[in-house]
Amino acid sequence: MTDLYQSQRAMRNMRQAAMQRGVVAVLDVGTSKIACLVLRIENLDEDREDGLGSLAGQAQFRVIGAATTRSRGVRFGEIDAMQETERAIRTAVQAAQKMAQTRVDHVIACLSGARPRSYGLAGEIQLAEGQVGEPDVARVLAACEVPDFGEGREVLHAQPVNFALDHRSGLGDPRGHVGSRLSADMHLLTIDTAAVQTLLHCIKRCDLEIAGIASSAYAAGIASLVEDEQELGAACIDMGGGSTGISIFIKKHMIFADAVRLGGDHVSLDISKGLRVPLATAERIKTFYGGVMATGMDDREMIEIGANCGDWEKDRKRVSRTELIGIMRPRVEEILEEVRGILDAAGFDQLPSQQIVLTGGASQIPGLDGLAARILGQNVRLGRPLRVQGLPQAAMGAAFASTVGLCLFAAHPQDEWWDFEIPAERYPARSLRRAAKWFKDNW
Amino acid sequence: MQPLRAPARSDYSRPAPLRDPAPSRLAYRAERLWLTPMFRAAMRIGLPVVLVAGLVVGYLADGDRRAAIGQTVADLRKQIEERPEFMVSLMAIDGASVPVAGAIRDMLPVELPASSFALDLEAMRAAIEQIDAVADAELHIRPGGILQVTVKERQPVILWRSASGLQMLDKTGHRVANLRDRSARADLPVIAGEGADAMVAEALAIIHAARPIHFRVRGLVRMGERRWDIVLDRDQRIMLPEADPVSAIERIIALDQAEDMLGRDIATIDLRNEHRPTIRLLGGRVAALENFNGFQTKVPSQ
Repeated sequence: MTDLYQSQRAMRNMRQAAMQRGVVAVLDVGTSKIACLVLRIENLDEDREDGLGSLAGQAQFRVIGAATTRSRGVRFGEIDAMQETERAIRTAVQAAQKMAQTRVDHVIACLSGARPRSYGLAGEIQLAEGQVGEPDVARVLAACEVPDFGEGREVLHAQPVNFALDHRSGLGDPRGHVGSRLSADMHLLTIDTAAVQTLLHCIKRCDLEIAGIASSAYAAGIASLVEDEQELGAACIDMGGGSTGISIFIKKHMIFADAVRLGGDHVSLDISKGLRVPLATAERIKTFYGGVMATGMDDREMIEIGANCGDWEKDRKRVSRTELIGIMRPRVEEILEEVRGILDAAGFDQLPSQQIVLTGGASQIPGLDGLAARILGQNVRLGRPLRVQGLPQAAMGAAFASTVGLCLFAAHPQDEWWDFEIPAERYPARSLRRAAKWFKDNW
Repeated sequence: MQPLRAPARSDYSRPAPLRDPAPSRLAYRAERLWLTPMFRAAMRIGLPVVLVAGLVVGYLADGDRRAAIGQTVADLRKQIEERPEFMVSLMAIDGASVPVAGAIRDMLPVELPASSFALDLEAMRAAIEQIDAVADAELHIRPGGILQVTVKERQPVILWRSASGLQMLDKTGHRVANLRDRSARADLPVIAGEGADAMVAEALAIIHAARPIHFRVRGLVRMGERRWDIVLDRDQRIMLPEADPVSAIERIIALDQAEDMLGRDIATIDLRNEHRPTIRLLGGRVAALENFNGFQTKVPSQ
């Protein structure tokens, strides 16, 4: 526990160093593509009290380099073949560096798979003095009862979601308030240690320093949910290549995240199997002609499958679009059913607003919003990520939602547990640092 | 006949695209290194500078090479300097009398013909202006390799007799030349006395004022470096005041014209005090006057 706490703090320090240097890269290691953006950190308006600037505070950075490459060796959002993935990361980073004409040393990464699991934590302390100070926040976070999430799991996010002081709940920032009993709710997201260690190892092998790591479902959520959706309650479904991430936001905090280990690649695989074509051809057919809602017109639209095997009959084979939709739709339905199950389990139907935003590369299938409305509920829309400065046109699509989200995460990370000082009680009983801390807190 | 070989298709000849475009670890590191700003600056500016400087220093480390380069440069310089376009073969002197021109020719530091690079015109001009007889000199090199010296000589206006001899002075009091014989320049007035050369302008004014009696004036004597005496023939002397000697001399001339004063037996006219002009008679005349006075005095007593 402390180990991770320390490593996350080290990442935060690294992020500070990257901000000082002014250049940081974000790296989205996905199943179908690896995207790397190089950000130049610009005017840090620290003097503004609301923390916002022009463009709602997004203008603090500018994308100066962008590159994407086909992902290799990644399955279900987890790294499967490290050498190949490392080479793919190198490709993306080098191309982005070349475009930016600068060298980046710090990278903020996200990963989509690794079986995320959410926990809601609650902690409560009695305040020694009437007013809540920063050490009290740290103490109440430390007082949260951490569940036993088993061996080989690691905390990825630990964000305070809600503070309550005596009978008043829903405080965003309790500092300075007066009360006697402070309680906090915290959202804890754990992932498989092995998956994250593999990713970190791959990035380290590319001579890069990790300045932060985030869940891609979370990143996609902050990029594609608009502000009132985040405030009132919404779910972001990030339909990626190998996994589909789900994050639920309310009051501008993520309160739940999960992932389905199914994605667009499975649809391609189904097409490949169903039409007996290579995977690359299947991907192409899906992209050009794919759909989930068949109409009468689709019966007459014949698709040249095209192959180069030499057998004329096979090379000239044609299928109707209805057949293609017939292959794709069950898989997409399966993904959405899984998502539905997860949302139900998370209690999404209890939220005041039940907006669902579909994003990610696989959300671009025509007719998906109609299908999703049948399965997930009426409030479904297709989301595209926020527009950030300097982002090339090619990287503005829904497939780059989590990449853009990572940029926002890099510029404005949410307070996490490790951003607060360790309360003195947590230090070993006879340590010198505990004494120093005691002096610091009391004078 | 149909050829059996298929026509070459560009698709086949094109190399297949790389399945994995990843850079090698080494290439990746090299590119990152190259994108490092400091390294880039060092490579693009620092390295060439060091390289070139090292080569130059290494080449020049050998003394023989340095000497050879120096020799080559000197030879080249000499070749250029000695081109006929730059050679000065003649000196033309304008505005100088023959002896002054001879002196200028004698004091020229270089032997003509010489390269115009070897001629320091400014120094030569200064040297020529050292000659007392030269008031102003101007040197330039005319096309055709001629060193043109234009001289303005000092014009002697007065002679100054001092312990070292007779000198000609110009109107500023500067020495022009020595004169062995007074009669060589009989047209010039003579002044004498210590410090007389500093007051040539005043002396000239006095002489000018004394024009009506110029045939009698032998010269001016500076007395005690503060005032003038006019020496006339017949051992007469006019002692002029320190201040405004010209009006004093005008008074004398007026008296002379009215009373023929200077024709009388007066040894000295003392005008040093303008309110009390004094005269001294010649020695014999005083006795004669005393006799006359005695006679006069005797007459009533008789």
